[in-house]
Amino acid sequence: MTVATAAPAPAPTAHDFILRIEHVTKRFGGLVAVDDVSFDVKRGEVFALIGPNGAGKTTLFNSITGIFPPTEGRVVFEGRDIAGAKPHQAAALGIARTFQNIRLFEYMSALDNVRVGQHCRTNSKLWDSLFKTPHERKEEVAITERAMALLEFVGIEKHAENYARNLAYGQQRRLEIARALATRPHLLLLDEPAAGFTPQEKVELMRLVDKILAEGITVFLIEHDMKVVMGISRNIAVLDHGELIALGPPEVIRKDQRVIEAYLGKGA
Amino acid sequence: MNILRSVRKIWETDPRVDPNPLVYAILGVAAILYPVWAQASTGGQGDFLISVVADAGVYILLAIGLNVVVGFAGLLDLGYAAFFAIGAYTYAFLASDHLVVTPLQQAIHLPFWIVLFVGLFVAAAFGLILGAPTLRLRGDYLAIVTLGFGEIVPRVFKNLSVWTSGVNGISALDKPVLPVWLNGPWSGDPLEVVQNFKIVSPMAFYVVMVLLLAVCVVLVNNLRRSRVGRAWMAVREDEVAAAAMGVNTVRIKLMAFAIGAAFSGFAGSFYGAKLSLVSPENFGFTVSITILVMIVLGGMGNIPGVIIGSLLVYWVTFLFLPALPPLAEEWATNIGLGALVPTNGDWPGIGQEMQRLKFLIFGAILVFTMLLRPQGLIPSRVRQQELRKGVQEDMTIEDVNAETTA
Amino acid sequence: MVSSVANARARLVAGSRGRLLNGTLFALIAIALVILATKVATNGPAYFIQIVVYGLANGSIFALIALGYTMVYGIVELINFAHGDVFTLGGFISLWLLPIFGVTEGGTVTGAGLILPLLAILVISMILCAVVNVTIERVAYRPLRHAPRLTPLITAVGMSFVLEGIMFLWRGPFNLHYPNVLPATSIELGGANGPAIGFKDVAVIVIAVVLMVALTLFVERTKLGKAMRATAQDRDAAELMGIDINRTIAATFFIGALLAGAGGMIFGLYYNTITFDQGFTAGLVAFTAAVFGGIGNIQGAALGGLVIGMIQSLSDGYFDTAWTQVLIFAILVLVLVFRPTGILGMRVPEK
Repeated sequence: MTVATAAPAPAPTAHDFILRIEHVTKRFGGLVAVDDVSFDVKRGEVFALIGPNGAGKTTLFNSITGIFPPTEGRVVFEGRDIAGAKPHQAAALGIARTFQNIRLFEYMSALDNVRVGQHCRTNSKLWDSLFKTPHERKEEVAITERAMALLEFVGIEKHAENYARNLAYGQQRRLEIARALATRPHLLLLDEPAAGFTPQEKVELMRLVDKILAEGITVFLIEHDMKVVMGISRNIAVLDHGELIALGPPEVIRKDQRVIEAYLGKGA
Repeated sequence: MNILRSVRKIWETDPRVDPNPLVYAILGVAAILYPVWAQASTGGQGDFLISVVADAGVYILLAIGLNVVVGFAGLLDLGYAAFFAIGAYTYAFLASDHLVVTPLQQAIHLPFWIVLFVGLFVAAAFGLILGAPTLRLRGDYLAIVTLGFGEIVPRVFKNLSVWTSGVNGISALDKPVLPVWLNGPWSGDPLEVVQNFKIVSPMAFYVVMVLLLAVCVVLVNNLRRSRVGRAWMAVREDEVAAAAMGVNTVRIKLMAFAIGAAFSGFAGSFYGAKLSLVSPENFGFTVSITILVMIVLGGMGNIPGVIIGSLLVYWVTFLFLPALPPLAEEWATNIGLGALVPTNGDWPGIGQEMQRLKFLIFGAILVFTMLLRPQGLIPSRVRQQELRKGVQEDMTIEDVNAETTA
Repeated sequence: MVSSVANARARLVAGSRGRLLNGTLFALIAIALVILATKVATNGPAYFIQIVVYGLANGSIFALIALGYTMVYGIVELINFAHGDVFTLGGFISLWLLPIFGVTEGGTVTGAGLILPLLAILVISMILCAVVNVTIERVAYRPLRHAPRLTPLITAVGMSFVLEGIMFLWRGPFNLHYPNVLPATSIELGGANGPAIGFKDVAVIVIAVVLMVALTLFVERTKLGKAMRATAQDRDAAELMGIDINRTIAATFFIGALLAGAGGMIFGLYYNTITFDQGFTAGLVAFTAAVFGGIGNIQGAALGGLVIGMIQSLSDGYFDTAWTQVLIFAILVLVLVFRPTGILGMRVPEK
């Protein structure tokens, strides 16, 4: 299954980094959740964001995906400054995400969930939907085909017609990934994709990430499981209390004193 | 017993099993047979019965429209009658002699079916105007805003008496005329195409209404099963996730709101034509609430349910309750409570008292439905699951998988 | 710290749009004041004072109702549509009690012989209304506390209709005469042609103020009041601290209805006419006041009530009663759209 690129092409000024976080700070009233964080995510790599609970990782994700804009700083995606873009605009530009606490459309089928993901890549207008024009019909067929293909890609095609809430936990996490992939992203943000997984499921997840990479999609994940992180990431950023305390490849991070202290010995 | 139970479980958990086609079939057959039955059971005097259902059709149309807003997109609109009024007054302005008495001093007489669509678009425009700044508000605030709008519109029509004749309303509206029509055995005429057909007989109204409703049901169903319909469901389920998946939530809500307004305006124009009169008293909060009660009782989000709910509530409101007083008096006398019949100081007599039940019944329907069966009489597949709180069937995930994997 | 051009530009745009809105608002208010001033000048100061007094009395009643709305919304984020009907109920119950306590129109009892029964009726009416409201909460709202948002909203609308239906069945659709039992004395300012401030006006304002002060003291000084505020701010934290959420919410409904019920009786005493569905409009207007002052904000609701009452009085007195309601509802829509946190409300970021 190839990802025919329907997201806009990167701006001419883009470099080989797909995402640049530039001195991003996020304050909620008096609380500083993210404090002057900067790093680059290279195109085609797996980038991990780790840190103790409450370090500001999901807040950073939310700033990137438009749930709220950063208080200060720039978020540059494919050469474009996207700070302040709304979530649906971020999706249209090519950033997709999953959620820490799984936010599926529970009472829609798995297939429908993935269909919704294709909303920003399809263009049937109101008129088409109302009168089931040939354009709409053709598009619906394509949407369904692609949705089934994506369910196969993550391995849950057998449950296409089940309500999302009836799926097993692991299947739900995979469904969320399939739904995110449906938006044809260039950058996929995974928020704790391995949470609650068995070791077997974690291995399968790592294989899935490899498959996603092979499609040309950059993966940026938040994760607590060090085996997974060290196993698949090319680069790691470590946040603690909103500050970036380490940045580098797994071998370096593993030995970094500050990181070890921040985790107080937690890890693989 | 076991078979029944597993059938029920499959019905309730498998999205593929859909009872709706069956209900549609029943409704369709009933629609065709009803006039026949009406005439047969009254010995040819069935015109009144037919006319009543034709009138109910306007409310069904309104309910289908409100269902798009409330049932599909999950937006509570408490001022739906405002768009109904806008459609009706549009017809009054554009298809009568009324404008002669206004500063314009020039009557406009557009053809019936054109004004229907003008009313549709004018109402939709107002829906956009109201919706654009307000649809980003949270649910309860949106409800209040629509309530406010629902109060403002009829009052404005009442107050601008220079243009609208105020409380007296506008009457003598043009009768609805269709450019072509097909006469046939259903109206007791030979099969032939007729020009400039005046919709006057109850049977003609009935047929037009049924056709209109059939078309609307098809269109709304198309919407439900399309990209737009899925986006509405997604936004209703989880707005944050929907936005993250690329759905422009404000725009999609606006679309639902405008479509709802369009339905209401369309129905309003039709209503004005049928009644040949519009007056600000007909578009108050009671009308908005009646429609809401219809879709809540019938099954929000599910069109056959909405249709059935509308018929039921219409019957209760316009047929059963008005007929209740004499029945109540008779019943009271029969069971020995004849003393309740006449007025007595503050007591208006049991007959009159029964007529006062409407508010209580509406309120009770809303409250009990929400508490006991929020999915309505004929629930949408989705809604049924959505609103059941904590009552879990003891079916395991494996059972579902095993049963539904073909 | 590098601030991007985009950020700066965004802030500038937001700022300028905000300034444009504020500017338009001030311009509109200024124009309204100018028009008002000319009308006042034409009609004379006596009339103006009359209008103001009436506006204060009117506003006091709205404030009493608005407080109930704002407290309930603050704690359970639900617009209790039935609240306006609880207000009406206060009038109906007190009307029923008047002859029972021997208070009649044209009676010759004055002084303590009049005040004591009226006070008793007031207290009983308030308590009965409170009981009704708490029952509504327990029966209709509590079971739906975790249901999707639409459900309790529809239930609240239904509950409003149930109350109206009950009062409709009880006393019928017509305006009911409420005995004029308050002394008709009034203080005349500036001679026979001057404005008169009646006993009624003063009574209404005084009772309302007393109740509002009592409420403020209660909310700020007592344990239950503190629990109410805590639960409104952060329910989970409050629960963790051992606060009984159910009891606190019930207390909120109780107190809100005490005030609304009092408002209902005062309304009757002042206007001498009540009707079963007055709560619909009065409730909407009171809710406008609550939103105007900032939902969840007690001082805001009181202030909002007075302001809206004054606006209504000014509009009725100087313009056209037919348009007053349109004006009020327009204010409701505009406030919710442009300043949903209200005039006194805190600027809370969007969810």
